[in-house]
Amino acid sequence: MNKARHNKTNVIAAHAALIAYTLIALFPVFVIVINSFKTRRAIFREPLALPNADTFSMVGYETVLKQGDFFLYFQNSMIVTVVSLFFILLFGAMAAFALAEYRFKGNTLMGLYLALGIMIPIRIGTVAILDMMVATGLVNTLWALILVYTAQGLPLAVFILSEFMKQVSDDLKNAGRIDGLSEYRIFFNLVLPLVRPAMATVAVFNMIPIWNDLWFPLILAPAEEVKTLTLGSQVFIGQFVTDWNAVLSALSLAILPVMALYVVFSRQLIRGITSGAVK
Amino acid sequence: MPALKLENVYKSFGSVDVLKDINLTVEDGEFVVFVGPSGCGKSTLLRVIAGLEDATKGSVFIAGEQVNDTPPSRRGIAMVFQSYALYPHLSVKANMSLGLKQEKQPKDLIETRVQKASEILSLNDYLDRHPAELSGGQRQRVAIGRAIVREPKLFLFDEPLSNLDAALRMNTRIEIAELHRTLSASMVYVTHDQTEAMTLADKIVVLRDGRIEQVGSPMELYNNPANKFVAGFLGSPAMNFLNKPDGQGGTIGIRPEHLRVAKGGKITGKITHIENLGSDTNLLVRTDTNEPITVRLFGQHAMDVGAKVSLTYDEDQAFEFDNDGLRVMR
Ligand SMILES: Nc1ncnc2c1ncn2[C@@H]1O[C@H](COP(=O)(O)OP(=O)(O)O)[C@@H](O)[C@H]1O
Ligand SMILES: [Mg+2]
Repeated sequence: MNKARHNKTNVIAAHAALIAYTLIALFPVFVIVINSFKTRRAIFREPLALPNADTFSMVGYETVLKQGDFFLYFQNSMIVTVVSLFFILLFGAMAAFALAEYRFKGNTLMGLYLALGIMIPIRIGTVAILDMMVATGLVNTLWALILVYTAQGLPLAVFILSEFMKQVSDDLKNAGRIDGLSEYRIFFNLVLPLVRPAMATVAVFNMIPIWNDLWFPLILAPAEEVKTLTLGSQVFIGQFVTDWNAVLSALSLAILPVMALYVVFSRQLIRGITSGAVK
Repeated sequence: MPALKLENVYKSFGSVDVLKDINLTVEDGEFVVFVGPSGCGKSTLLRVIAGLEDATKGSVFIAGEQVNDTPPSRRGIAMVFQSYALYPHLSVKANMSLGLKQEKQPKDLIETRVQKASEILSLNDYLDRHPAELSGGQRQRVAIGRAIVREPKLFLFDEPLSNLDAALRMNTRIEIAELHRTLSASMVYVTHDQTEAMTLADKIVVLRDGRIEQVGSPMELYNNPANKFVAGFLGSPAMNFLNKPDGQGGTIGIRPEHLRVAKGGKITGKITHIENLGSDTNLLVRTDTNEPITVRLFGQHAMDVGAKVSLTYDEDQAFEFDNDGLRVMR
């Protein structure tokens, strides 16, 4: 680190603030994970204590793995999240490229129209969406969820990506055109790699809400074989009794894949930031 | 057959007219330089020639063929950009061969062309590197190499030296001039730097606000500028313009090197600044009529700031311009 530009108090203050924030953000996760390994009684008696020989119990995990088809729920959530992210990034980037690169009538208007979706929550249209899904026979399929999440993620993706694409050098794209590259190759081979950090940002922004969503799975795909993890966990939350061991275990398990995805994207993010300096 | 011919080319972005009635011919093997201040439309004109922008009106002919509707890759041109615009994910070799690969040329032809180009540009040792691992000068040479391998009918350069430092700029300038001699190719070169224009061009095209102001060889334009703009743009330091003493409007233009320090001269003033360049000495003088004027003296001279000087020049080396800036012939 450059000593001349970083004085000690500033560094300590900055780190203190960041560490404090990290602790606050991680605390609920920490509590969920430790309690998932405790007996029901221990959860209520001392919620903040670590599990010990007396209180340690895997009963939550046992229930989760026995009850329902948890691996299937996992798989469903994974498919929905990954495929939705893929479509959001693909179509979002394509639309953003068109808006950023080509001058056509109604370009600005189209951009505003697409951005409108950022401000209007998609849940307002739930009834209409359900109607459409029934009409097209997509109810109780994963496609219903994928389509809805793609639609939900596109506005912000287009908005963010088109800003970044405007900054990709015109000369580079023109060099490609002179060398005879098609617009598709220019898009996929030249432009996309340069906006990778922005793509990672969009992916991270979209991933968590999709993974955690309860609303659309409940309405569009409640059948057993297409249940997502979040919906599947609801069986443990009853109106009168809640199986806290199972709920906490399910939540702990649900964190893992999101974390894996996050690690993948954040790598991209950091690599993009550090290698972006080359003209 | 001319390498390039432009007929009544106009270009507008929305309501902004960037190019107005451009007519121009580039002969086969000619090195033509477009020069003008920033924003005058040089790059736009080059992009119209390349086919990266459509002309709003007018025709573009390359090697006798009208190319208005031909895509850039089929126009038989190659372009070198100011920002190098190398493909970051490809090696130097792949950067140079991509255009030929797209044309589906045979492998051995690509190989020989890349070999030849890297020989000319001494890039042999760098063929497997990526652009990020090269210096600015090397990157620009790769960009030039990428143009050479295509053996185009017309080379287009858009300010290729602007991102290089001064020493490298001069070397690369000479390399480009040698390249033109060895390839005897037709080249169009855009710059805002009058030194590059003067040193490289067979023919200079001076642009201002999207119009051609004057076309001619460097010495024609230097010795015979059609107007005040061209006179002031070419030459360094720039030409001095003094209001005519008779008060009828119009100006007199005198190049700094045509002024001499002499007793009893036509112009008197005070030295405000001295630039000692070793080979030359530039005097910045404020005349008694309160006009700034630059004098370029050959060799070294001991002078003091604040001292009074008297300057003289030969009448037949001065230029006369009317109120509209047009040259008045005597
Ligand atoms: N795509 C564009 N849209 C609108 N205006 C443009 C565009 N490209 C260039 N211009 C305008 O055209 C003028 C000439 O630009 P340019 O050809 O780049 O000038 P130069 O290369 O001589 O510096 C500038 O005023 C610029 O703002
Ligand atoms: Mg330019």
